[in-house]
This record gives sequence, C-alpha cells and structure tokens, in this order.
Amino acid sequence: MRGNPEAHALVAPGDLSAVLALMAEEPGEWTPIAGGTELMVAHAAGRLNAKKLVSLWGIADLRFIESSADGFAIGAGATFGDLRAHAELAAELPLLARAASWIGAIANQNRATIGGNLVNGSPAADSSPALLAYDAQVELISVRGTRRVAYSEFHTGYKRNVLAADELMLAIHVPRRFARHRQYLRKVGTRRAMAIAKVALGATALVGDGVVSEIRLAAASLAPFPARLYQSEATIVGRPIAEETVHAARNALLAEAKPIDDIRSTAEYRRRVGANLLEEFLLELGTEPRP
Amino acid sequence: MSDSLPEIHFTVNGDRYAVRVPAMKRLLDVLREDLRLTGTKEGCGEGECGSCSVRMNGELVNSCLVPVLQAQGAQIETVEGLARNGELHPLQQAFLDCGGAQCGICTPGMLMAATHLLARNPNPCPAEIREGLAGNLCRCTGFTRIFESVAAAARKSSEVHTKRAVHAR
Repeated sequence: MRGNPEAHALVAPGDLSAVLALMAEEPGEWTPIAGGTELMVAHAAGRLNAKKLVSLWGIADLRFIESSADGFAIGAGATFGDLRAHAELAAELPLLARAASWIGAIANQNRATIGGNLVNGSPAADSSPALLAYDAQVELISVRGTRRVAYSEFHTGYKRNVLAADELMLAIHVPRRFARHRQYLRKVGTRRAMAIAKVALGATALVGDGVVSEIRLAAASLAPFPARLYQSEATIVGRPIAEETVHAARNALLAEAKPIDDIRSTAEYRRRVGANLLEEFLLELGTEPRP
Repeated sequence: MSDSLPEIHFTVNGDRYAVRVPAMKRLLDVLREDLRLTGTKEGCGEGECGSCSVRMNGELVNSCLVPVLQAQGAQIETVEGLARNGELHPLQQAFLDCGGAQCGICTPGMLMAATHLLARNPNPCPAEIREGLAGNLCRCTGFTRIFESVAAAARKSSEVHTKRAVHAR
C-alpha cells in the first residue's frame, strides 16, 4: 500500500440528490467512486490524484435493472454480478451478459459497476462493444436535470467523455429490438479469467436473402476509446455475404483501426486479430443461425 | 485529525465493531491493523489475486478494494468466522484432507471464495468451481488439489443433507 488514506477525503451522502448537490456546489472537485475496482487500485499504488471522493456505493437510485416493452434501463450503479443474475436481461441481451462474465472474477463482478466501466473509459472496457452493438443510450443527470446521449457519442477521446463537471451517469438504456439480429462478441485476452482484452469485437447484423441489411460493429482496444467501426460497416451493409465482401470488410477494418502498442499487445497484432474476428463474424452470417 | 475521522460501525463474523479511521483506509487494513484479524491476507493489493477475499453483506469482495467507509453498517465475514467452537469448517477440513493448502497465503481467500460458491451453488460442477475460484491465485498447489478440496466439501455436505433427509423420514 503506497497510497496514504489520510491524503484523500471520502464522503458518503447516501442518496443521489445529496451527491448531485455536492457536485453542483463544487463542480469538478468531487470524484465519484462506486465499487472501487479502478480507483482503489490507483489508491494502493499511490497514484490516485483525486483529493475529494464521493461514494456512490449503496445508492438505491443508481442500482436497478428495469425492463419494459421498449427495452432495458440499467442503473449506472448496477454491478456486473447484478447483470449476470438478471435472467431476463441475460436471455435478451446475451452479449451484455457474456461481457459481464468477463469482468475480472466473481469478487470484481460483485463490486464493479456498469457506469464505472463506461465513465472510466478504458479503450479495453469489457461492456462497451456489447453496448455499442446494441445501440445503447446513456442517461446523464445533474441538479440541472437529465439528458440522453447515444453511447456511441459518449467517449470523445482517451479517457475523455461528454460528462459535465457536475454530472453523473444515471442509467444505460438498451433497446429491445435485436431479437432477430445475428449477434457476436469475442474477447481475445491472455487467459480466460482476470485478463484485460488485447482486442474485442462486438456485432449485431440483420441478414435477409443472404444480404446484410443492417450491421453494427464495435471494437475494444482498436482506438483510444471503445468505438463503432463505421467505415467497415459501410463496406458490408447492402452486400451479400461473399468472399469479396469479407475481403473488403477486412481491408476497411485494417485501415480504420487505430490501435497502439502497450504492455498487453502490439498494434499490429490487434489490427490483424480484429480483422480475423470480423471475418469470423461474417462467415457465421453466411451459415444458418444456431437455434 | 482524529476529531474529523468518521466513526464506522460494522460487524465481523457477528461481532460488532466501531472504528475511527480515515474513510479511505482499506477494509483489508482495518481488519488486520485495527481489529487484529490477520487471517485475511494481502497479496497483490490490486484486486487481481483474491488473497484478501471476504464476504460483505453476503457478497464476495476483495477487501483491498473496499474503502472502509463503504463498509458502514455492513456484515463482514472473514476466514476467522469459519471454524466454530474449535471445530474446523467442512471446507477447512477438506483443504486439510486433500492437500489444498500449502504455504497458506492464498488459503483464507480460497476458503472465502469457496464458501461463497457453495452458499450459492451447493453442488458445483468442476467448471463452476473453476469459475468460482478464478479470481484467487495460488502459487503452490497448481490448483488441482484446491478444486478437489472444494468438490470434496460439497460432496460431504450433500451426504450430510441426504442422511438428514432420510433420518427425517
């Protein structure tokens, strides 16, 4: 433990409106902390910059999963364990449930929250490709009110996002219209558990008469933040699943991806594996859906 | 400084405690330093190895990643709470019988993760045991004997339940 607990203030106002009031009083001064699976690691290493932290743990208004005819509203404070335990969500949003099972191990899943995963903004975030493939929206809240933003517009740069200094993420909204879509999610990491992604690809697509009418491709660790692969999508939509389409899509991904070399992998490996994952998905689209 | 420290109440293995410590002090350090419950071990200190696993309100957590203020009012279970009246918990006995413990550093965390697993799933298959313990690293045993220990404890407790059920008839 290199950090000094006395160097940081931590308060737990206990309800959402009190947290928002604090953040409005001193915008940018308070760093929200939920399950601590990111910030407490920095704290232990002595590299936690935040001096004033406000706890979101235990706030019921942030920890919920609601389903309606339109879709799911997932509180930003829902843990990945909550997501996995929700049978209806797991059945209807299988990519998200699978991503939740990839977060660390059980002890991490019991504390790590989906809002924390998104706000932290790691390029390798496990839940992001699934949420991008499902066209999710995020709902943000402050004392000024709430607003909704497409999740694909939430990240603006490496660890940067559209949250104002007094805003919190309140919920993630996932529409319920992907039942007929073919769905894909694969993470490539060093081992099966407790590994951060070298690269991951999530996708949803509608196929009719052998032609792709709609497709969403989303990658982790191919850009400074989790992002859709719009140029690759454009080479596929309206085309039949054929060798030329796969070839064009691979080339588009190789051109569009902007990965980096880091401790977990190299840019070249990430680019090539990203293209391989895309090819795997497209070849799956050419087969009959599994029951 | 101590005037401004929050008073934090919680129970550990059913015993009530109140401590005045910095809110950002890790639950792990409060257990070990303030409560002198040194069964819970620190391994990596970053939520990767599971040595510091405890249960908080029935959920398995890494106590190195819990700022103690977030344990306010919580019910904490640590490895010290497993044995009762000098009698080992069935999981502890199984680890002993099957060679599931060697140097001992990972053992408290393994026991807590295994306790959590069996509380949720009394008859786990081998894949479920592996998943339940995936966040707990051991550098001695090669894991196989640990998995066998958990399976043995699960078998034993289901035998006990069966016997009780037969007896009840």
